[in-house]
Amino acid sequence: MSSYVSPIREPLITGSKTYHEITEDLVSPTEKVPSAPWVIGFIISISLLAFGLFCIAWTVWHGIGTWNLNRTVGWGWDITNFVWWIGIGHAGTLISAILLLFRQKWRTGVNRAAEAMTIFAVICAALFPGIHVGRAWVVFYFFPYPNTRGPLWPNFNSPLLWDLFAISTYFTVSLLFWYTGLVPDFATVRDRAKGFRKKIYNFLSFGWTGAAKHWQRWEYLSLVLAGIATPLVLSVHTIVSFDFATSVIPGWHTTIFPPYFVAGAIFSGFAMVLTLMLVTRKVLKLEDYITIAHIESMNKVILVTGTIVGVAYLTELFIAWYSGYVYEQFAFFNRALGPYWWSYFGMMFCNVITPQFFWFKKIRRSLFWTFLLSIVVNIGMWFERFVIIATTLARDYLPSSWSYYSPTWVEIGIFLGTIGLFFTLYLIFTRVAPVVAIAEVKSILKSSGDQYSGKAEPGHHHLHVEEDPNFVSYLKKSSFDFANAKTQTSTTHSSSSQEKKIVDSAVATTVKAAVDKFQKLEGIGPKIDSVLKAAGIQTYVDLSKTSVDRLQDILDNSEGNFAGNSPESWPEQARLAAEGKWDELKDLQDRLDGGKY
Amino acid sequence: MAAKRLVYGLYNDEEILLEAVKSANEKHIDIYDVYTPFPIHGLDPLLGLSESRLHIAGFIYGMLGTLTAFLGMTWIFTKDWPIIFGGKPYWAVPSFIPITFELTVLFASIGMVVTFYIINGLGPGVVNTYLDDRITDDKFCIAFDSNSMSDADAEAFFRRTGASEVHDKEL
Repeated sequence: MSSYVSPIREPLITGSKTYHEITEDLVSPTEKVPSAPWVIGFIISISLLAFGLFCIAWTVWHGIGTWNLNRTVGWGWDITNFVWWIGIGHAGTLISAILLLFRQKWRTGVNRAAEAMTIFAVICAALFPGIHVGRAWVVFYFFPYPNTRGPLWPNFNSPLLWDLFAISTYFTVSLLFWYTGLVPDFATVRDRAKGFRKKIYNFLSFGWTGAAKHWQRWEYLSLVLAGIATPLVLSVHTIVSFDFATSVIPGWHTTIFPPYFVAGAIFSGFAMVLTLMLVTRKVLKLEDYITIAHIESMNKVILVTGTIVGVAYLTELFIAWYSGYVYEQFAFFNRALGPYWWSYFGMMFCNVITPQFFWFKKIRRSLFWTFLLSIVVNIGMWFERFVIIATTLARDYLPSSWSYYSPTWVEIGIFLGTIGLFFTLYLIFTRVAPVVAIAEVKSILKSSGDQYSGKAEPGHHHLHVEEDPNFVSYLKKSSFDFANAKTQTSTTHSSSSQEKKIVDSAVATTVKAAVDKFQKLEGIGPKIDSVLKAAGIQTYVDLSKTSVDRLQDILDNSEGNFAGNSPESWPEQARLAAEGKWDELKDLQDRLDGGKY
Repeated sequence: MAAKRLVYGLYNDEEILLEAVKSANEKHIDIYDVYTPFPIHGLDPLLGLSESRLHIAGFIYGMLGTLTAFLGMTWIFTKDWPIIFGGKPYWAVPSFIPITFELTVLFASIGMVVTFYIINGLGPGVVNTYLDDRITDDKFCIAFDSNSMSDADAEAFFRRTGASEVHDKEL
């Protein structure tokens, strides 16, 4: 709570929110009548879903022959879509688990929606192996259970069975993790609801009270689940890559697959999170909780993982050449220049070239470019899977078996159907549950709220901190008058300025917002900061009005050796800080040398 | 269970609440419970809450998963129905690793989550008495058991430590 936050960190919650405003902003989307964009989105999604269900029914009724798979290309759009969806899911677990372990506070703004996305993406993914087997009604044969056929067991040596275990475990753990995080927030919704709605949310919130011991266990549970979800998420895409890597097909049989698949999964997942969050924050007006700082952080992850993916592509090419193995060389030659050259170049362009734009800060912080590039990455990662699967299979060892594959309307329809399913579930989720984790955002307010880091927009200046009547009564506790106790607590916003005087040093931390941190100025460290405060200079405005000579006097007359410090630039820096011109201040500091001109 | 009455005060900020809990500790006042909208760091030691042992339970569940998966596959492929796959030995330990790992994680998570809800007395359909609707919003609550503290003392405590409201409720 009082942990040190670097002054150059951007606030993660803007708009000088109070706890109540956070509740209000995040719960109200579930309480209002759906907005027009939501209704339109929902109609489109559910229509796509309906068409997808029709195509699935068509597949089940007529058989897998309705797809264009042939004896050479046995895996087509189905497995491409499966791997694509599973990959998208990975970002949710990365945000909620790995970033929790790394104590990344920006996770709190997006983790809830990203985890929901994980669950919905895994549902879409799991559909494909289920219908690809042909006889979807006996798909439970996959699971090892004491059956009447022997009992006949599945092959535990097969990566396809490992995949089944990995994905079912991944789905279950993600769901448990997500729901446990939701329980306290459902309690918040419950306590604002009335009538039948209250009953529903009482059921969903499992009777959550917010007791101290429950919170303690809740935090333990989240931490341990994060700890085991982290290797889990890495294992899931590793095992998906085993589906290919353990085969003896040139172009698949490579040891680079696990790390390359995991990086690609996170890459595509973050792209999907951004696509969703940019729309969500706009439609639900969550700009104060999902800030440009959040978006920039995610774009940095895209840049890193996109670069890893790019290096992996080039490594594959290099190794194919360097191995001297003609089949491997042909596989890559065929991918780049064979009949599917367009998908290879689509993949290279979307996954290797476009993410490199995120080296530019302006693009990382631009909503338009982020949205555009996130879609491009989504498309690119689909191409990657298509290249790996269809392109490789279409050119077999035996030229007489070579063939070409393109999907039928049924296959395309099922893919569109999963997109419909994904967005239908997501849109329902935004109506039922708070899209941003309320309790977690509240818990970082004091360390990452803009009013506490002195970066609030002008006009908001820490009003609710100083004008809170109870805060005032708290300040007065040392001189508290028991006889007047009743009237005291019913005091409303009539606190006089004299009451606002801060006398109790124990509360200094609470009101730190009223005093500026001079460490943000170049040339001032914690020691000088306290010297200046002791001399009565409390805020940037005070400092900007103090002359350089006076500052030099203060330094000369205090304990400690400040011979190396020159205050010549401090008033100007303070003026910029007081006016909130942080960019100009940064430019100035770039020119300064230890605070000297 | 005899009816229990709680006297509780609501605070507007977690830092005021922490000071109040400290003050109660100094005066050796027994706090029944503290209810907050989000986890407050530094509160557990003040309330004398021991560290949670949930992770130990999680470890045990995980080991249970490891054994179930590994011994299960061993039994199936060496005793129940031995089959040679791809020239591998019946007991092909390396290819049992992925499933063993997945079931370890699965057992640990399900076990921990179920334990969490049971020991907290939470679960689908559970209806608790909620002291105040705003505890899940922006109020921080300290509750005293009326059997161990008189109402007047409790009220005086809340006034002194800066609570914004004082109420009571039968459980």
